[in-house]
Amino acid sequence: MVIDTGPIPNAPSLWRVRLGLAGRSLKQNWSLFLRTRIGILGLVIIVFYMLLALAHPILMNTVWDERIYDPVIGFAFDETQQPAPPSLSHPLGTDPLGRDILSQLMFSARSEFLLGLLAAVVTVCIGTMVGATAAYFGGLIDMLLMRLADIMIMMPGISILIVLSALIEVGHLELALLIGILSGFGGTGVVLKSQALSVVVKPYIEAARTSGGGTLHIILVHVVPNLLPLSFLYMMFTVTSAIFSEAVLSFLGLLDVRMSWGLMIHTTESAGYLLQVGEYWWLIFPASLSITLLCSSFYLLGRSLDEVVNPRLRRT
Amino acid sequence: MAGATAVGTKPLIRVEGLEKHFPAESHWFRRSDSFVHAVDGISFELARGESFGLVGESGCGKTTTGRLLVRLAEPTGGHVLFDDGEGASTDITTLRGDDLKAFRRKAQMIFQDPYESLNPRRTIFDTVAEPLKVQNACPPLERMERVSRMLEMVGLTPPATYLFRYPHELSGGQRQRVAIARALVIEPIFVVADEPTSMLDVSIRTGVMNLMESLAERLGISYLYITHDLAVARYMCSRIAVMYLGKIVEMGDTEAVLQNPQHPYTQALLSAVPIPDPTATRAPVRISGGVARPLDPPPRCRFYSRCPIADDFCRDNPHPPLEKKGAGQRVACYKA
Ligand SMILES: Nc1ncnc2c1ncn2[C@@H]1O[C@H](COP(=O)(O)OP(=O)(O)OP(=O)(O)O)[C@@H](O)[C@H]1O
Ligand code: SF4
Ligand SMILES: [Mg+2]
Repeated sequence: MVIDTGPIPNAPSLWRVRLGLAGRSLKQNWSLFLRTRIGILGLVIIVFYMLLALAHPILMNTVWDERIYDPVIGFAFDETQQPAPPSLSHPLGTDPLGRDILSQLMFSARSEFLLGLLAAVVTVCIGTMVGATAAYFGGLIDMLLMRLADIMIMMPGISILIVLSALIEVGHLELALLIGILSGFGGTGVVLKSQALSVVVKPYIEAARTSGGGTLHIILVHVVPNLLPLSFLYMMFTVTSAIFSEAVLSFLGLLDVRMSWGLMIHTTESAGYLLQVGEYWWLIFPASLSITLLCSSFYLLGRSLDEVVNPRLRRT
Repeated sequence: MAGATAVGTKPLIRVEGLEKHFPAESHWFRRSDSFVHAVDGISFELARGESFGLVGESGCGKTTTGRLLVRLAEPTGGHVLFDDGEGASTDITTLRGDDLKAFRRKAQMIFQDPYESLNPRRTIFDTVAEPLKVQNACPPLERMERVSRMLEMVGLTPPATYLFRYPHELSGGQRQRVAIARALVIEPIFVVADEPTSMLDVSIRTGVMNLMESLAERLGISYLYITHDLAVARYMCSRIAVMYLGKIVEMGDTEAVLQNPQHPYTQALLSAVPIPDPTATRAPVRISGGVARPLDPPPRCRFYSRCPIADDFCRDNPHPPLEKKGAGQRVACYKA
């Protein structure tokens, strides 16, 4: 047999090989993802709201008059009576303070995304490190981290926010960080730790130790990458819970935000229209439907990613 | 390979009274009251270039011994003196930090399960290059070449077709070859091979064993070869030690031990294996029961409860010491 060693890729092109590999696995996962119907449904909804969010500044700078359509300080001079029902100039009507509902809806979509994604990234970064560290070290470190997790899980989120909002101004950023910390050190950390426990006993961890790899190397190169699929999953679920918490809190008037879907319902409620849904449906439905749809879409996306990364759940 | 043991040179590894007791239950602030005596005071020497076999049934402490010898576990007692021929021998059980890292360049381990010993999310190149990388053993630009050469040596040719594949794209035999490449790429002088062929198809076992043997000769490696299969031990090892519940019960040249076993446990192990020579006869030795877990073993001979020739002396005396008997092997039995 003739031994043909073939072209050996040299180091400078290594990153290109890796890029190719990443692209290949992305493609495989994408085709798996396409097979999960619920995931596509979720993605369609998300893209729809993303387009709404992106379109808002464009509309504001072109066709919409700022004095009328500003989501916070605008006033529909063209309507005789507020809240005005849907019309050609105000497709979703106006709110009790004379502001355009569609504009509010689109404006809020962007902050919902930012809030959800920031909360998710913070959660997953903290959760992955907590899980990997607790599982790898075990012993005292594990015990301390898990007792901290117990405290985080027991912590009554809403009551803390009520107290916090009395002390400081809690906006979207603060809320995202708070949710990220509570869930990263709490539930998400615990789930990722249980996954990490099955990783740290694998012989390839011991092989890395005999190779001379230190603790940090092993955690970052061997443990964390094997947690990432699950981390992504929990990222999606965190987005859902962040958007939902935001809605509840701003409905209660506890958040210091300029505009949000929860705040839109809050405005309706404080103006006394909440119980007249039949007559003033445009005050309630657009906002509450958006909350429901966006929350479910991230949940659906998470579920379908679960199928992609978890071969056992896959139907063949 | 038996001739590789040069007279007068210091052994590569000298194990003295090595002991590993696992606490049977875990308490936060109190010492456990009972212990699993996984390795219970064993001593042996491993000569440079030699392949030393460790045989015994499941749970007798073979893997634990191997892990202690490459410092994947800390012993609860005893010493492991490692002499790399470049200076005084060092007790590896007390190594820390940089010294431990330097030791890891010389001692490697090949694990039993090739399906679990390779990180599924890393390419073959990443896996085999890992020791070079963490040890900074060669300039980064040379890693590709060294890994390729190593893959070629373990029979994964042409290397370019394997470099950027993932473990799940390879067969069990190919994976074990990758694991061998990872262990040898840093050019160690001592390798613990923990049943490297037991998870492989019978048809490819011999290939992997031949590969390991030829690599040992080419690269001057000494193996601690762990196996429960006496035929494998005979094929690979010049000397063997038979373990039972954390103790070495018989140790010596492979042929001496297998042709003329002195310890009742070795005899029982052998009588379970067919003899290739049709004219040879062997009195069958039967032992009853299974291997117990060495949880707080009583101070008498570990084999007492299953030994067919045990008597009152065995019951009333501590575990017998290893003494020269028979054709030059050393045996731990009062009645051999
Ligand atoms: N980390 C551990 N904690 C507690 N007990 C352990 C641990 N590792 C091994 N043991 C115990 O030590 C004993 C010896 O285990 P070891 O893995 O060394 O056996 P072995 O000879 O390699 O067996 P096998 O042939 O099944 O691999 C067993 O009773 C086992 O239960
Ligand atoms: S010392 Fe006694 S009990 Fe132990 S193996 Fe020998 S004969 Fe059997
Ligand atoms: Mg074992």
